[in-house]
Amino acid sequence: MNLDTVSIAQTSPDTKQPFAELGLKPDEYTRIKEILNRRPTSSELAMYSVMWSEHCSYKSSKVHLKQFGEKAPHSDALLVGIGENAGVVDVGQGYAVTFKIESHNHPSFIEPYQGAATGVGGIVRDILTMGARPIAVMDPLRFGPAEAPDTKRVLPGIVAGIGGYGNCLGLPNIGGEITFDQTYLGNPLVNALCVGVMRHEQIKLAKASGAGNLVVLFGAKTGGDGIGGVSVLASETFGASGPAKRPSVQVGDPFVEKVLIECSLEIFAEDLVVGIQDLGGAGLSCATSELASGGSGGMAVQLDKVPLRDPSLLPEEILMSESQERMCAIVEPKHIARFLEICAKWDVTVDVIGEVTDGDRLIITWHGEVIVDVPPRTVAHDGPVYNRPLAQPAYIDIVNAQIIDVPLPNTKEEIKAAILTIASTPNLADKSWVTSQYDKYVQGNTILAQPEDAGMVRVDESTQLGVAISTDANANWSYLNPYEGAKLALAEAARNIAVAGAKPLAVTNCLNFGSPEDPGVMWQFAESVRGLADGCLEMGLPVTGGNVSFYNQTGDVAILPTPVIGVLGVIQDVRTRTPMGIPAAGLDLYLLGETKNDLAGSEWAFLHNQRGGNSPIADLQREMKLIDFLLANNSIFKCAHDLSQGGLAATLIETTLKNNIGATITLNDAGIELLSETPSRVLIAIDPMDAANITYPATKIGTTGGSSLTINGAEISLAELRTAHTETFPKLFG
Amino acid sequence: MRIGVVTFPGTLDDRDAARAVKYAGAEAVSLWHGDADLKGVDAVILPGGFSYGDYLRCGAISRFAPVMTEIIAQANKGMPVLGICNGFQVLCEAHLLPGALTRNHELHFLCRDQTLKIENTTSAWTSNFTQGQEIVIPLKNGEGSFQCDDETLKSLEDNNRIIARYLGENPNGSRNLIAGITNERGNVVGLMPHPEHAIDSLTGPSTDGLPFFISVLTAMVGK
Repeated sequence: MNLDTVSIAQTSPDTKQPFAELGLKPDEYTRIKEILNRRPTSSELAMYSVMWSEHCSYKSSKVHLKQFGEKAPHSDALLVGIGENAGVVDVGQGYAVTFKIESHNHPSFIEPYQGAATGVGGIVRDILTMGARPIAVMDPLRFGPAEAPDTKRVLPGIVAGIGGYGNCLGLPNIGGEITFDQTYLGNPLVNALCVGVMRHEQIKLAKASGAGNLVVLFGAKTGGDGIGGVSVLASETFGASGPAKRPSVQVGDPFVEKVLIECSLEIFAEDLVVGIQDLGGAGLSCATSELASGGSGGMAVQLDKVPLRDPSLLPEEILMSESQERMCAIVEPKHIARFLEICAKWDVTVDVIGEVTDGDRLIITWHGEVIVDVPPRTVAHDGPVYNRPLAQPAYIDIVNAQIIDVPLPNTKEEIKAAILTIASTPNLADKSWVTSQYDKYVQGNTILAQPEDAGMVRVDESTQLGVAISTDANANWSYLNPYEGAKLALAEAARNIAVAGAKPLAVTNCLNFGSPEDPGVMWQFAESVRGLADGCLEMGLPVTGGNVSFYNQTGDVAILPTPVIGVLGVIQDVRTRTPMGIPAAGLDLYLLGETKNDLAGSEWAFLHNQRGGNSPIADLQREMKLIDFLLANNSIFKCAHDLSQGGLAATLIETTLKNNIGATITLNDAGIELLSETPSRVLIAIDPMDAANITYPATKIGTTGGSSLTINGAEISLAELRTAHTETFPKLFG
Repeated sequence: MRIGVVTFPGTLDDRDAARAVKYAGAEAVSLWHGDADLKGVDAVILPGGFSYGDYLRCGAISRFAPVMTEIIAQANKGMPVLGICNGFQVLCEAHLLPGALTRNHELHFLCRDQTLKIENTTSAWTSNFTQGQEIVIPLKNGEGSFQCDDETLKSLEDNNRIIARYLGENPNGSRNLIAGITNERGNVVGLMPHPEHAIDSLTGPSTDGLPFFISVLTAMVGK
């Protein structure tokens, strides 16, 4: 092995380096040379290449994402904002909650089980890193057409991976989404959300301060998996005698992560760390440079002390490896003995690999030779920023001009057929085949889980304080109008929180798009961010963090713009939550809000192969009035269920089947009223004597009871409805 | 009354089991897998989870933990022991109970609310049920299919050692729909579904799980 050291780099400026193979552009490589005043060593090149990748540096999205800061509403709840591993909000009673959503789209397409599993593992470590105990996960998923052969390969593997990893960690899976569309065929979306809870004083940050403090690596040993997972690796350029090409998809071991969680929480409880960072994308390159730049900048690391699964790994590979289940902590020398003791109790591998130093350089050595000597900020934060060209794509005017022309049900037979179609179509069919592979009970605090509108977990058993989370995206609307689409997704997620009885508090997001090098995609992205930032400002909800996933594109075909919005809410007493299912006969059903002809982007239009027209315009003032009404009158609602994809039809199917209690519904214009997807609407059931309390625009549409769903005389037995609703997934994937 | 709850590396439902013990009115005592010390508890619960990541076989490594040496000795002297899910697997590996739990017949992890029929109300953990009582508690596992040879099965059936059966469709391929069994003495019980997740209708499908934990208190008081 020819070790490339700083002193060699100084004397060999013309050595040809594989920057392009590592995903760096020529001007980016030139900039690295300017920063260092010499060519980078191969280890430095590896670090810059992964840290300046789109995934780590947000180089295409940064100029747009800053709107979340510029337009941030005032919020007393925000304790830690964008920039840390995850945002933290105050939920009262001294509790802080941290939550974040991330994508693991590309790895999950290549290797569904491990890709999805390590997606869960990564987001859970982000939450743990903040000092919090992870308490729940959620997974919004998107796939190609349900009947497509590749979906049958990808979906079962992804679901098994999420379950296999999350179940083994003991985290209840409380919700998510599953949507099918042609554009996701080569680009399935696997987004993973985690929420964690801690006391205010337990919040931890990624910073390495205090010269003499120790840099401690603990958790799994470093292996050759996931090298260059965030960039592009051409491994043969690292010396012909090195290991063969290694997979860029990481391999997870949830048992190691579970033990690492318990070990870390015990370490946090005794306040033994100054700063902490998990090793995820870009591995040690990221952890060391981010920790160092979070402090004064100085750090010395002896890379040869990193425990290895594969002793043949080269220093560059160790720096780039994305082996899972690893954490890096900054520990004062006086605490190290106890730190090591706790690791020993949990059988967690641990090694001191360096120390915080005076000065502002990150210096990494390999058996005494200096192989990295960089200002850490230039690696972690001063990556390139691109203001990429953007242009409204030509399709927008074309599709917006289209008139939706679909048959609407009117007769009893047509209504029944439409209801059974909505009940059984893959996008709206019962998802138990998937969710029954996830443990929703572990930890004993799950109040609501799928298929409820929001997931809800109890935070404190003595006070019954809880949090609710919903993730939503409507890519059909975002396709027609990305600005409104993002706002509407935010509105829907916030509504889902309020429907369950919780007050919306903060926002996270996972922005899934095609290639940023396509000006049309970049326009979709910019419009989505602008819409979300404007919407959050108007609704008074701060964005606490998020994730951008670009390059979800096969050839020229990009995925539908899919900004997945997560909203977190707080509920003072989880016993007051409102479930979605009709609980009893003899109740009156009211539809809150007004129904317009909003078939553009609807499931009904999708079922008729129409993807045109104009999306609804988000009316967030109206949404907030609805949310206020829901929260103020929560106590009289026997159940409440949001209207979204599939309109009132889908809502009625789900609310009646939940507890097997039917309903009799009368509508004036059944076709539109059942299938339009006008936002800001909620179905509630109340005791007839509470009618006077309905002070929001509402229509009484029926009563509960019986063993069928009857709409304008069209009677569908719940047994038949259940069969239609539940047989789709087992038939497709069973 | 003090009931120990064991934590192995990878145990998940230890806090849930401790909560159930408290709901039943007893004191929960945390026991660590590495300590051969039962802290003077009156009964022990081996909770659910993925101890040692299910490496080798479910429960195969935990069975050798120092704490198990003590538990096996005390169980053979009559101390009540309940193994739930992974705990059941550990009890089988430790030969305190016969048979083995294998992969669900549909090869998926399955989490659902499961109806059971209580078949034996004489064990230390089921005396508070009525014979034939139907209960609904969560079932959640990937390897819950109870298997044993014909001779063992006959012995279990003939000696009233099946404490609960699945009602309706067989969820995992268990022989004779077996959800839980007991030893000859009736003090050691293994149960695949999770009674500790059904102690409060706010967080579970029912409160049907609570009698398991109350039963053992009755059994100990009666001694």
